[in-house]
Amino acid sequence: MSEQSRLSVFKTYKLYVGGKFPRSESGRVYEVTDSKGGSWLANAPQASRKDARDAVVAARKAFGGWSGATAYNRGQVLYRVAEMLEGRREQFVREVAEAEGLSKSKAGAAVDAAVDRWVWYAGWTDKIAQVVGGANPVAGPYFNLSTPEPTGVVAVLAPQDSSLLGLVSVLAPVIATGSTAVVVASEAAPLPALSFGEVLATSDVPGGVVNILSGRTAELATPLASHQDVNALDLTGASVDLARTLEEAAADNLKRVRRPAPEDWSTDPGTSRLTAWLETKTVWHPIGV
Amino acid sequence: MPSPVPAYAPDAAGRLAALSDVTASDRALRRFLHGLPGVDAVGLEARAAGLGTRSIKTTAKAYAIDLAISMIDLTTLEGADTPGKVRALCAKGIQPDPTDRTTPKVAAICVYPDMVATAKEALGDSGIHVASVATAFPAGRTALPVKLADTADAVAAGADEIDMVIDRGAFLSGRYLEVFEEIRAVKQACVRADKSVAHLKVIFENGELATYDNIRRCSWLAMLAGADFIKTSTGKVAVNATPPNTLLMLEAVRDFRATVGVQVGVKPAGGIRTSKDAIKYLVMVNETLGDDWLSPDWFRFGASSLLNDLLMQRQKLSTGRYSGPDYVTVD
Repeated sequence: MSEQSRLSVFKTYKLYVGGKFPRSESGRVYEVTDSKGGSWLANAPQASRKDARDAVVAARKAFGGWSGATAYNRGQVLYRVAEMLEGRREQFVREVAEAEGLSKSKAGAAVDAAVDRWVWYAGWTDKIAQVVGGANPVAGPYFNLSTPEPTGVVAVLAPQDSSLLGLVSVLAPVIATGSTAVVVASEAAPLPALSFGEVLATSDVPGGVVNILSGRTAELATPLASHQDVNALDLTGASVDLARTLEEAAADNLKRVRRPAPEDWSTDPGTSRLTAWLETKTVWHPIGV
Repeated sequence: MPSPVPAYAPDAAGRLAALSDVTASDRALRRFLHGLPGVDAVGLEARAAGLGTRSIKTTAKAYAIDLAISMIDLTTLEGADTPGKVRALCAKGIQPDPTDRTTPKVAAICVYPDMVATAKEALGDSGIHVASVATAFPAGRTALPVKLADTADAVAAGADEIDMVIDRGAFLSGRYLEVFEEIRAVKQACVRADKSVAHLKVIFENGELATYDNIRRCSWLAMLAGADFIKTSTGKVAVNATPPNTLLMLEAVRDFRATVGVQVGVKPAGGIRTSKDAIKYLVMVNETLGDDWLSPDWFRFGASSLLNDLLMQRQKLSTGRYSGPDYVTVD
């Protein structure tokens, strides 16, 4: 036996909740397969509603610190995430290629686009206030100032088709504006999202600001949509029927809801995803004498 | 054996007198307390951990949550307490969840002695007791006359229950009779002019007693001295109520009832913040003592933030939706 073959080391993919990497509390996993050949890639944790509940608790706990951080600081932290992502480029190219059945060059382009998208949103953290806020002219001796404030805990259903670029495109705007996120990764291709948790953990993002769950989208989205401590819901990754029932459930405590629509992840995203998770606070202040 | 009586019953003194020889002198008391069997620490911790693994769901959980709410001594013991805060807490104790009128009320409101009158007035005829800490809570480091005056003051203001702290310094240096006499004296001070009595809870501060053996000895000492309740801790030190030391106290009250025929209550306090923890304690009570102790008359939780978590769990059970801190009060 001349060539000693190494035993392969398989990766145990785990959830990312509260800055830690737990298994699902239910102990369940499901098989993730190659989108082309259908060959087995890995077992991903199949999170339960209790994992979703724990993620919301973690996100709520992190909200005060994250929303209270200066926009400049958030921008720096997000840029750091892009640096970490760039450093793991090779791993993500492989995972995206397997997950979406892309050629190596196309997967590489998707990962590059994801890094660029993240940097783009990182730049927005301290600029969005100038775009959507401002001083309003009023008929009286007052300053009237509108400032955008983060909504709170946002539950995000990541797009089903684009496992990394799509995830980045929906997640970055949520945390760029100071909200915290509970993300349900693409059901069929969760592995890049779960690895992205490792990127977040090794950058300076405080634990709980982003929580990533994998599993059955419908099973996880239902308790999140009705959860009284979730402030907003991004339905990008929901099917039409599911989106309808979730929106009904979300109406109970007046969550902000962003409906699903056909998306092209390669085009300029604009600021609509940033402004979706902002509340405008307007204050009147007497002009001093 | 005749049926057990509470420690405040008229004939309890007679039953305790059966053990008067062990409290006759400091030496006799020491011999008795040190003669109690040693605690198997590993076994105790394993048993407490084992009882914490029971799965309590659906209707049993709903029952446990309501029972836990009705057992809470809703507590505010801060230097910054104001009459307004105490009144707000009383209102919450009477109607913990204004959105659901079927929520049971708590057992008692626990305050410092100077807030007793305020609490008493705010609670009116709701049936909720006012518990007051006394005897220089939480350290207990003053002279006996000061402690007794502190107690008498709270009792005169209308406190239904007195939570006293023992002199840990005396206990740890082996002056057991001194601790015994002090508890007796405070119990005397709990009697009002009209002969009605405030029930006495004796706080050990388990975190400062250092060993399980000491907790067992202290439990017997307090019960011999006539405590109506034994309570784990003040909530003011690093180690408060833990499942093992509460289990140890539950076993002590069980053995005490079997020996003397006097039933004593138990109150874990401090560090119990979630419904899950509270339910673990209830399982422990049920498995160690049975139904007899599963009522607010015999088991209490000293807690403040626990109530909010119980209310959120209750809302989850009744609506099916996870609740959040926006739907309970900020205390």
